[in-house]
Amino acid sequence: MTRFSALSLLRAGLTGQKGWSRHWRDPEPRAQYDVIVIGGGGHGLATAYYLAKVHGVRSVAVLERGWIGGGNTGRNTTIVRSNYRQPQLQRLLEYSLTTWETLSDELNYNVMFSQRGALFLGHSDADMTHLAERGDSLRCAGIDAELLTRDQVARLVPLLDMSPNARFPVYGGLIQKRGGTARHDAVAWGFARAADALGVDIIQNCEVTGFAMTGGKVTGVKTNRGEVGADRVGICVAGSSGLVAGLAGLKLPIESHLLQAFVSEPVKPMLDTVVMSQSIHAYISQSDKGEMVVGGDPDHYPTYSQRGSPHRIEEVAAQAISLIPALSRLRMLRGWAGTTDMSFDGSPIIDTTPVDGLYLNGGWCYGGFKATPGSGRLYAHLLATGESHEIAAPFSLDRFARGATIDEAGAGPLPQAR
Amino acid sequence: MMLIACPHCGPRAHVEFDYGRTLDAILPLDAAPEQAAAVLYARDNPRGVSQELWQHTHGCRAWLVLTRHTVSHEISAVVPWVAATAAPRESGA
Repeated sequence: MTRFSALSLLRAGLTGQKGWSRHWRDPEPRAQYDVIVIGGGGHGLATAYYLAKVHGVRSVAVLERGWIGGGNTGRNTTIVRSNYRQPQLQRLLEYSLTTWETLSDELNYNVMFSQRGALFLGHSDADMTHLAERGDSLRCAGIDAELLTRDQVARLVPLLDMSPNARFPVYGGLIQKRGGTARHDAVAWGFARAADALGVDIIQNCEVTGFAMTGGKVTGVKTNRGEVGADRVGICVAGSSGLVAGLAGLKLPIESHLLQAFVSEPVKPMLDTVVMSQSIHAYISQSDKGEMVVGGDPDHYPTYSQRGSPHRIEEVAAQAISLIPALSRLRMLRGWAGTTDMSFDGSPIIDTTPVDGLYLNGGWCYGGFKATPGSGRLYAHLLATGESHEIAAPFSLDRFARGATIDEAGAGPLPQAR
Repeated sequence: MMLIACPHCGPRAHVEFDYGRTLDAILPLDAAPEQAAAVLYARDNPRGVSQELWQHTHGCRAWLVLTRHTVSHEISAVVPWVAATAAPRESGA
């Protein structure tokens, strides 16, 4: 792997951008690996990287049905934060956030992680009480959180509608200054390049169509490019977890729904913070290209269509314009939808499965991107050692039957209640 | 956007309806704990035709059984919940 540096970028810039080489190989699948990771999204590629880097497991293949980063890794709104309320989620996402903070150096690849601050708005006295309680809980856990007054919010985001008769009046906010955004494609490419350099085979256009089993144990996978053997197989295909696990006869506490997102035409810098409102479930940020990125609620019914309903577009636009009226003059360039792995408590699953040799990382609902590096490290730990890391242990598959759910929204055991 | 033909109200936009759960996820009142966990939390999550309970929340409030494709969103049947469950009950009696 050719290491990138400021000098190498400068040299390429002065010589007409020639001489760039492939970032990763395009190998044929071998007959046997130590570990197969199904799914070449951010999580799967990160898992393969940390398997090779941290655990010395270098006989690893990542099998991807399409192209890497072409699923939910390329469809999210790129927000990274760890300001959750449940202690298990705080530990999980803070573990990930600290990994984000050194990720570009670690991978020698600029993932454009920008800690521009993640701001929750409060729209009522009750909201502010809730945000203060959350902030206290975060600070007790050693995670940064700062309660902002209405005036502080107004100074931070001057474009917000602060008028007394705003549709969603702003009473204040809670900011995590270490939160922000990252370049989602670069995350997939950076992990792929670094994993490939450590000997991981990244195999695209390779769809898993079944499992090879011997005596009840998974011994490999059947694919459209032949059978590939492995000691351990990790499912990492959020959005399609139920389908892949179903090939091994498993039924998961997951339904596939969809979440839409939108970007506007690019404009000059107008918003240097990630603005979110959990009361109305809107989130707005500006990409480095200048596009305004907005998202809202999921569509709340099972679907694999990757195609959302117009009523949600209308709702998201209305919320965004209500919060930042200046957005009303922008034209939306693109809208899309990703298939979300909706678990029954809103939290992910990182665990072994009842099938020997088969592991699961899924159920990330619509919040998986921010967890990408942490999820990869924890899943690599599980695949390498067979034991859950203590941070991942609460996210077990049997927590639903045990009544030990991790329900951030407190909304009950239905996927559409998130 | 889906158009759902409510047997009581006629064709209505799907925003009037709320998805409830799949038809195989209805808990028998006398279920043992293991059965309850399986029914409540384990899903086939099919990519294809699925049978689902929806409620016409912002209409007649009836519970309906939809036969719906999870990729094309084509709805091939809408039956009132009562009618859909009447047959097994009679045959079981």
